[in-house]
Parts: sequence; structure tokens; C-alpha cells
Amino acid sequence: MLQYVIKRLLSTVPVLIGISLLLFFMLRMLPGDPAQVLAGQMATQEDIERIRHQLGLDRPVYVQYVLFLGRLAKFDLGRSARTQNPVIQEVWARLPNTMLLAGVAITLACLFGIPAGIISAVRPYTWLDYLVTSTALFGISMPVFWLGLMLVVIFSVMLQWLPAGGMGSWKHVILPSVTLAAFVVAFIARMTRSTMMETLSQDYTTTARSKGLQESVVIIKHALKNALIPIITVVGLQFGMLLGGAVLTETVFAWPGLGRLIVDSILARDYPVIQGAILIFGLLYILVNLIVDLIYAWVDPRIRYD
Amino acid sequence: MSEQSGPLLTIRGLRTRFHTYEGVVNAVDGLDIEVFRGETLGLVGESGCGKSVTALSILRLLPCPPAEIQGQILFDGTNLLDLDREGIRNIRGGDISMIFQEPMTSLNPVLTIGEQISETLRRHKDMTRREAWRRCVEMLQLVQIPGPKSRSREYPHKLSGGMRQRAMIAMALSCNPKLLLADEPTTALDVTIQAQIMTLMARLKEEFEASIVLITHDLGIIAEMASRVVVMYAGKMVEEAPVKELFKDPRHPYTQGLLGSIPVIGRKFDGGQRLQEIPGIVPNPLEMPLGCRFNPRCPRTMPICHQQEPPVVRLADHRRVSCWLEANKRDD
Repeated sequence: MLQYVIKRLLSTVPVLIGISLLLFFMLRMLPGDPAQVLAGQMATQEDIERIRHQLGLDRPVYVQYVLFLGRLAKFDLGRSARTQNPVIQEVWARLPNTMLLAGVAITLACLFGIPAGIISAVRPYTWLDYLVTSTALFGISMPVFWLGLMLVVIFSVMLQWLPAGGMGSWKHVILPSVTLAAFVVAFIARMTRSTMMETLSQDYTTTARSKGLQESVVIIKHALKNALIPIITVVGLQFGMLLGGAVLTETVFAWPGLGRLIVDSILARDYPVIQGAILIFGLLYILVNLIVDLIYAWVDPRIRYD
Repeated sequence: MSEQSGPLLTIRGLRTRFHTYEGVVNAVDGLDIEVFRGETLGLVGESGCGKSVTALSILRLLPCPPAEIQGQILFDGTNLLDLDREGIRNIRGGDISMIFQEPMTSLNPVLTIGEQISETLRRHKDMTRREAWRRCVEMLQLVQIPGPKSRSREYPHKLSGGMRQRAMIAMALSCNPKLLLADEPTTALDVTIQAQIMTLMARLKEEFEASIVLITHDLGIIAEMASRVVVMYAGKMVEEAPVKELFKDPRHPYTQGLLGSIPVIGRKFDGGQRLQEIPGIVPNPLEMPLGCRFNPRCPRTMPICHQQEPPVVRLADHRRVSCWLEANKRDD
């Protein structure tokens, strides 16, 4: 088991190098000159050249990449072109906010999505099932920015129960996390429904019923435990996505998270921050997947990594 | 067969229907069966004749809807179809338990063998976790699983098919049921393992004084295990007889066909001695033939067979046939 974890952790290195390679060259294909953006409209050509030289942008791209990799090997992500703060500090300041939002959203989504999917699977083709599936369809198809705005209109403007944006008390977390959870909850509910429908029709479920067990025991202990693998997969993937920062939600609610940092940095052509933030996001995503794989083995005794 | 004490299970006019998009399927259509204490009743027929549905109907394990179960299933005097959900749950796994065909899929892959057996004990016998586990290990020993203590902590995928079926038997017998419904318990197993499992079941049946309804399409197993046989075809009983009489003197052309299709080692395949087969296939349950349901495949069909369903003719105690040939003999 430990060996497997170490092997998986080591395998993240080539993946991260791959990400950095793609990222580095794609960024440089973006139109716009970072030196120009930094220097501002009024800057002279010499100013721009000076800034370009400071940022190392006057060298060939492959030299820039090698230098970047060299620094990366020393865990140095460089400094922000805009603020001159170390990139790691910039990301570190935003990451807990994103983690908080993602954590609350995924918890909400599981809390509502899994039971909804179970109810739907246990009573298929009844009004309850139709209610769950149509709500889920609504949740999946609704654009996040629209839902966010609607929630702000209702709960902040009309009812004045919750703040419309920013960070502070627990009240600030509610609207953005509900907005984020809406899509995920629908996704989880649909996945839970379909896998539960399948496990409920398996032979071992009939065996469990033939033993006289309570229906709740049959559903939770026998059917749900077998349905968990796909559900965990979906939850893990969605959580990974949320960690990358929900750009739209964070924008609508002025939430100082990783998503907004990345967008702001792209607009400012702040290469070091974009690279650093996305690499850290990539690393987190890989870690979440590793954790999901480890949970598989815990849930299903047939999966072993020795 | 202690018939004086009355039957343990009496099924009267059992009708199990499935409402599907294509129409109504009458899987079991007016079945009457009695099972006595301590006996093994064989339920024989081709795939799709309604034998498994009969067993599932007894324990009401079919989802209703789409299924609909009618008639009477009297177990120890109680109509199982009248019980509420809690009532039937108390019967399931307690007084009546079931063994299924596929040991590979019938056990829950994510729960240990011990957990699956002891949860039944805890449900019905008011045992603590520790007591149930101890009893579970005893049961595994009884079904001759080597190293029962360590096996009880293992998951089904670590066990072979035969071992899993032994575990299923241990599970089914753990609460001392009065009746065991065994639905093709050996079909999915190797021939050598089949024999072991059948011997085990025969021994445990005596030990536990249970009755068995043995569902199979294998007449060899019936000959070994059953004392009485009910032959089913397309949802109906076609013949009932004590096992010896059935093999010696089958009356229904379908039973004759079934017996004729058993290969016999040493029989020469020269003229007239070829292995018989029953021509044709089982009728589509959505379009049952008019009259006798076996008429499209029957070698001795008469005009009336196409018009009217044959009556059930009682030839002797536990000797019934549903065929116009016998009915006409009676009239003559």
C-alpha cells in the first residue's frame, strides 16, 4: 500500500512537467505583451523594453522554459509580475478560500445528492423519482452565473438575509457554495440513481431480502455500499474541479479564490502567477484522484494495491 | 413423509403475472402444490416454465408491480400473501429460506462471509454480535468449509464457486428453517462439486429436519434427492408423482419426452435407439397456445388438445396428470 502511494506520488512529477510544458507554451501564444500591460498605456518603448528584460521575456522561449523548470526544481515559482510578491504567497492567500468554498459545496452536494438519488432509485417511475430527476436536469442545465445572480436577487436584495458577496462570516459562504453545489448535487443524484438501480436489481440484493432484512438495511448496507465506487469517482472528480476555482461563481460573489486569481492574472498577462496557480491546481487534482483511488480499496475489498 | 401432520406448505391456485410493456405475462398460472414436513419436493421443468417464479412468489421476493401474485400460499396455516411487510420479513430467512442458482453473484461482494451469515442470525435469533459470529463459524464448519474461523472473515471473491454455495447453504440453514427453497443450487457448479453439494444438502436436511423444494431441470438430481416430483410446463403443473413412479411410468407426453432426452451411458445409438428430443421450443409467454399449452410440441396431440385446456386428473394420492389422454381414459 505504502509502496503504491509512493509510486503514485513519484508519477506526478512527469505529469506536472507535461502540464508545465503545455501551459508555458500556450501562455506565450496568447496575444498581448505582458511588458506592455505592466508598463501601461503611457509607457515609452524603452520602459517596455526594460520591463521585458527584467521579466526575462527578451530571451528565447525555450531558454525561458528551462530557467522556469530549474527554479521549479527548487520549489521556486517566481514572483508576480504585478505585485512583485512571491507566487506561492499569492496562491497560498487564495487557496484556503477556494478550499472552504469547494469543501462546503461538495458536502452540500453529497448530503442532498446521494439521498435524492437513493430515493429516486428505490421508487423508480413515481412522482418522487420524476421530481428528483427533473430537478437534477434543471440543476445540470442551469448556467451558474444566472443561478448565482438569481440567488443574490432573492436572498440578498429582496429578503436581505444574506450578503451579496465578499468574504467574512459564515453567512458569506452560503450563497456561493449553494450556487456551486447546484450542478454537483444534480450530477451526484443522477449517478447515484443509476448505480443504485443497478445494484438493487443484483442477485445479492435479492439474497439480502430473502434473509428477512429490513428494507433500509438492504438499501444502505447491501445496495449502496456496492454503488459507492462510481459515486466516489464522481464526487472526487467534481471536488477536484471545484478546487481549480469556480471562476464564474467567484466572480459573481466577489469571492477571493483561486479561480479569480487565475482570471485576473490572465487578464494582466501575469505569467508567473498563472503558471504557479495552475501547477498547484494540477497537483491538487492529482492528489484528490490518488485519495479517491485509496478510498476505492477501502470500500471494495476486491480492489487491492499490494 | 409424515403426511398425518398435514402439509407444511399448501399452494392453491397460485397465479403470478408480470405486467410488461408488451403485455401481461402469466409466469405461473393456477398452480396447486403441497409440501409435507421433512420431504424433498422436486420442481422440474425447462427454463421459463415458472419454477423460479414460484419460489420467489412464496417469499414474495418479486417486486410488485410489475409482478402480481394471487391465490393462497398457506405456510403452517398462515397465508403468506395476507401478511404485512414486517410479517413476511419475519418468515424470510427464518422459517423459510432460499438458496439461489448463482453462487458467484448471490453473495454480496463487499461484505465478509461471516457478516452475511451473522446478520441473518442477529435478525431472527435475537443474538449478540459475538454469539451470531460463533454460530456462523459453527455453520461454516457444518457445511465443511475448511478453516471456518478464518474463512468467515474473508470476502466472497476469495472463495471458489463450490465454497460460496456451501456458504449460501450455511446462511440459509443458520436459523433452522422449516422449509428450504433451493433454486437450481448446483446448476452453476462443476459436476464433481454438484455431487458434493447434493450430498451435503441431503445430510443437512436430515439434521435440520427441514423440508426442501428443489427446483431444477436436472432429472438426475431429482432421482437422487426428491421423494415427490411436480413437473411444470409453461406456468402450469403437467404431472405430479412420487419419484419412482414418475421414472417408471411417466404419463404426460412432456414428462415422457423429458425422461427420453436423458442420455444413458452404454446405450447404443443404432436404429430407434437415438437420444430423443422434444421438438420445438417453449411457447412465448405473451402468446400461449389455445387449449393444452404443450400441444405444438406434443407427439400425441388430438383435436381437443387445441381447443380446451386439459383437466387435472387425479390418478392416486399425489399422482396427478393434466392431459387429455388421461382424461379420455377416465371417461372410457
